[in-house]
Amino acid sequence: MARKIIPIGPYHPLQEEPEFFKLHVDGETVVDMDIELGYNHRLIEKIAESKSFDQVTFLVERICGICSTSHPFAYVNAIDDLLGVQVPERALYIRTIIGELERVHSHLLWLGLAGHFLGYNTVWMWAWRYREPVLDIFERIAGNRQNYAMMKPGGVRRDMFEEDFPWIKKTLKDLIPKFDMFKGAVMDDPVIHARTEGVGVLTKEDVHDYCAVGPTARASGVGIDVRKDDPYAAYDKVEWKVITQEGGDVYSKAVVRILELYESLNIIIQCLDKMPKGPIDINIKDMLSGEGIGRHEAPRGEVFHYIMSDGGNSPARHKVRAPSFMNIASNKKAVIGGTISDAAIILAAVDPCYCCTERMAVVDYKTGKKLMDGQDLIRLSQAKTEKLRKR
Amino acid sequence: MIKYLFNYIIFPGFLFTAVIGLVASWIDRKVTARVQWRIGPPWYQPLMDLVKLSIKEITVPRSASKGLFFLSPMIGLSAITLVSTFIWLINIDPGSKGFSGDIIVIIYLLTLPAIAVILGASASGNPLASLGASREIKLVIAYELPFIISLLVPIIKSGGMLRLGDIIAYQASHGAFLSSLSGIIAFIVMIFCMQAKLGLVPFDMAEAETEIMAGTCIEYSGMLLAILKLTKTMLMVALPLFLITLFWQGFNFLSLWKYVILLVIIILMRNTNPRVRIDQAVRFFWGKMTLMAILAVILAVKGI
Repeated sequence: MARKIIPIGPYHPLQEEPEFFKLHVDGETVVDMDIELGYNHRLIEKIAESKSFDQVTFLVERICGICSTSHPFAYVNAIDDLLGVQVPERALYIRTIIGELERVHSHLLWLGLAGHFLGYNTVWMWAWRYREPVLDIFERIAGNRQNYAMMKPGGVRRDMFEEDFPWIKKTLKDLIPKFDMFKGAVMDDPVIHARTEGVGVLTKEDVHDYCAVGPTARASGVGIDVRKDDPYAAYDKVEWKVITQEGGDVYSKAVVRILELYESLNIIIQCLDKMPKGPIDINIKDMLSGEGIGRHEAPRGEVFHYIMSDGGNSPARHKVRAPSFMNIASNKKAVIGGTISDAAIILAAVDPCYCCTERMAVVDYKTGKKLMDGQDLIRLSQAKTEKLRKR
Repeated sequence: MIKYLFNYIIFPGFLFTAVIGLVASWIDRKVTARVQWRIGPPWYQPLMDLVKLSIKEITVPRSASKGLFFLSPMIGLSAITLVSTFIWLINIDPGSKGFSGDIIVIIYLLTLPAIAVILGASASGNPLASLGASREIKLVIAYELPFIISLLVPIIKSGGMLRLGDIIAYQASHGAFLSSLSGIIAFIVMIFCMQAKLGLVPFDMAEAETEIMAGTCIEYSGMLLAILKLTKTMLMVALPLFLITLFWQGFNFLSLWKYVILLVIIILMRNTNPRVRIDQAVRFFWGKMTLMAILAVILAVKGI
């Protein structure tokens, strides 16, 4: 049978965002794969250079809709690192709670999507139903279900109220039986085992080679986790453990995520118990020149922000590296050799988040020479805006 | 002649089966929705879907071989109409209708919708459709074997009768085959084969939405898609009826509960399983299911 190209993307029911995976198939077997990024590029880093440091927090919050606090979290870490300031204890706890709540809702969202990709729509609907209480908690804390706008350089933007804590704790504890149900549904179902075990295996070496991060790496037995390796916020003040699995297949990735749900609940409840009273913000007035690096363990892995400041009002350079950028490349290793049916779930198993990932460069394919750089793109977009304005 | 045409087009053929099928598919959608914490559609939604589809434009891909592309949905629909007319008529009047060997004809007619889907998908010239078609071919080959083997059980138990009416009559006097062990085993095998014939989860890989985007019907639109959907809907009536006829003393309008039970089994199976891979499905049908079917036949020969 001749080789055929099966496109997954740019627009495909498998994905909520535009991304193009070209599967070269021989019958049902995938023999090669091309990954094409760049359908959703938004020039975030360039825009950041034209905003004030405070505004950038809101800008990076819009990078990703699902993990909308990960980027601000890493960004404020970078600013705090640049300034060398000590953030108030209470703010650290609140940041931790927001970060972990986000992990809970993001993992539940992934669980639902994974079920959908396997054709198991019941799991999809149920996982998303039990994600609702988490979003309700966000609404109570921040007023928003998404884009909570809680992070601020030097602190947090708004306080949490002590009288909400019992309700939050009760809502979270009510989720534990539901997590038990999902754990049972995934770990005991023979058909799920058949579909996910031994599928899309990434070995430890592959993880190192592709620099995979987050649950993708932890499912292959590589226990990297920024929260443990380089503690920030309140992660060194609470008891928790890094979940690892040895399999490296889709099943292990699902198990890692489900077990992390429990750990996250554990962290949140400890934070609520231990949270001290006091100020939540140090009201930074002056900006120094220098460099800062901020990291945060997002639900999908380590997100990295680099800030360079010349002492002015806005960043001189802002660099973002999202976890999916590292993880998506590892798909190539995991998908080739499997079948098309497996490709669907393998591509989804890294929990890809394309809008965080987009990079763009126009390169001559033969010579490898760059034809367009960032400045050219800005000129193009400005010309287009001008054209639209005249119309 | 007029009578036959009436039987074929209105009662109990096309129109009647389609109406029951639409109600059944509404029940399926409603129960599925309730299981998944959704509200679900109103009772007329399946009909509205068909009406909407049938007034839409039909787009034919340039690479398609047009005749086959148009013809194959009709083949499926006419086959399923014929088979449902036949099964209804025999259940209404087991004595006079049918001929010796009509079971074999029904087996062929029940396979035709799947063949039609394969033909149509191959004719459309889309790579995803041809992938879906190759999955459908593998699936047909996989489930037909245990299906036909377990069909031997009622034939053996009734003393070698190849006429559906005789099997009903035999069960009416000797009790349902479902009350014996071999009957139960064969019935279970048939239920799995039925799920695969209906193309529902866990055996919906030919149309897997998240993998190959509706696979076999990716290029179909408008009226043709409506016909494909209607064929599936009518199959949802004809297949459970066929199973009830073979194993459960046949069907009359008082024994609606038998059909409802089978429908509930179909709905539950489809809501509590992920989709299996095609190689796993083939292994399942040729392994476990075929062995169970053979066991049922051996037990039937021994008279258990």
